[in-house]
Amino acid sequence: MSIPKFTYLAPKTLKEALIMRASHGSKSSIMAGGTDLLIKMGLRTLQPEFVIGLNSVPEIDYITLRPGGELAIGPMAKLSAVVEDAEVEKNFPALSEAASVTATVQIRNMGTLIGNICNASPSADNATPLMIYDTKVVIIRSDGERVVPIEEFFKGPGKSVLETGELVKEFLIPIPEKSTGSNYQKVSTRSKVDIAGICVSALLTLNNDGTVSKARIALGAVAPKPIRVVKAEKILTGKTPTKELFNDAAKIAREEASPISDMRASAEYRKAMVEVLTRRALDASLAAATKKKN
Amino acid sequence: MPKVNVKLKVNGDPYEVAVNPSGTLVEVLREDLHLTGTKIGCQTGDCGACTVLVNGKSVCSCLTLAVEAQEKEIITIEGVGLSYDKLHPIQEAFINEGAIQCGYCTPGMVLSAKHLLDKNPNPSELQIRQALSGNLCRCTGYARIVKAIEVAGEKMKNPVKEK
Ligand SMILES: Cc1cc2nc3c(=O)[nH]c(=O)nc-3n(C[C@H](O)[C@H](O)[C@H](O)COP(=O)(O)OP(=O)(O)OC[C@H]3O[C@@H](n4cnc5c(N)ncnc54)[C@H](O)[C@@H]3O)c2cc1C
Ligand code: FES
Ligand code: FES
Repeated sequence: MSIPKFTYLAPKTLKEALIMRASHGSKSSIMAGGTDLLIKMGLRTLQPEFVIGLNSVPEIDYITLRPGGELAIGPMAKLSAVVEDAEVEKNFPALSEAASVTATVQIRNMGTLIGNICNASPSADNATPLMIYDTKVVIIRSDGERVVPIEEFFKGPGKSVLETGELVKEFLIPIPEKSTGSNYQKVSTRSKVDIAGICVSALLTLNNDGTVSKARIALGAVAPKPIRVVKAEKILTGKTPTKELFNDAAKIAREEASPISDMRASAEYRKAMVEVLTRRALDASLAAATKKKN
Repeated sequence: MPKVNVKLKVNGDPYEVAVNPSGTLVEVLREDLHLTGTKIGCQTGDCGACTVLVNGKSVCSCLTLAVEAQEKEIITIEGVGLSYDKLHPIQEAFINEGAIQCGYCTPGMVLSAKHLLDKNPNPSELQIRQALSGNLCRCTGYARIVKAIEVAGEKMKNPVKEK
């Protein structure tokens, strides 16, 4: 696999990267860690004439708590930095877990969290955790900025709302309320390091009386893009968690999944596992939320 | 496509090379610097034969553009030994524990082991196996490799003075 020839551009600021992108349009590609992009170029599914390397932009490799209670993650923050970050581990355990089982040690040292999402693979490990935490995607272009909730970011396999002249400046993730528990579940063939066959994230916030004040369920690798199961979230909200309630929510998740059969798993298996993993993710979220509440 | 001048430090030695923008770090190490210890297997980030340390982090040199190694410190298998004729404890343990057969995966395995032990001198068996998730071996099997890393970790904690 050799990489086809291209001109390498090294912007010094994100603004400069946007100008390069505007002048070269679809003949150019943005590169963060390159672990998705260079493979596509090697396979000739993508042949940009210009590669705009974000690696040369200083000070965009950050994970930092902003005043107001949001965690900000920059475009060059590697998956390994997400795994090692204490704030992520404390406040966003499902993201911490998902990042730790994404790919291999080497790929996590190279690949970025934002690249994992911009690639818009339906099976991206970190998509569903970011969805349950209501992540905001801050998108910039040369004449402005827009903020898109992450569940609206994905359009289909390999497709996002990003337009040619745009790039992702950062993710903003609000710190959840105290009595919140969340969890990530994944099934793949080669233990955990493989591309997910199915992945599920869940989040529960409890009221003082133990009823659910907020619920989130997101599924990966079982539809053309990662999806939220709003119908199941609705039946959980306001109720006291019980085994039956979780079973009902898990059944809805199974119905909402529209997986394909491929070499990783059959559609039927995927649907069955969505139900199992949703139940497990809800059980674990409830246990964590209860522990924090008390 | 004009070539780009890249300055990099490999195993402590400074180099300046004119590289194609599409050239990968492993190509430059092997073809330009003649450091052929780093191997090429899959070229898709799966096998880890090309593993090197860049600023202390293990990466696949097959998916790293040489232009992005500008001003970076790189350690390859040639630079792991303590001196020209003194092996690193990880290398010694690989030999003593029989963790090498054809040897094609070995440079990458040793660098991944070094990446782990430099951060965590006391890894559990599970942590060792997780640290090798990006390194495939087709002949030795993993049991002896894991054992060698355990032995090396012990030795690095309690270096025995030579007589
Ligand atoms: C061996 C191997 C195993 C893998 N295993 C997994 C796995 O288990 N789970 C998983 O989810 N993924 C896996 N991946 C995929 C990949 O490593 C991840 O998606 C990675 O996080 C991508 O990040 P990157 O920085 O390398 O992205 P790049 O390759 O640099 O970019 C990916 C895409 O996003 C765009 N992009 C990047 N940054 C921006 C930005 N700021 N604004 C706009 N567009 C941007 C690029 O143009 C490109 O289209 C694996 C890859 C390999 C090679
Ligand atoms: S050659 Fe780089 S990972 Fe296989
Ligand atoms: S010793 Fe042959 S591949 Fe590992």
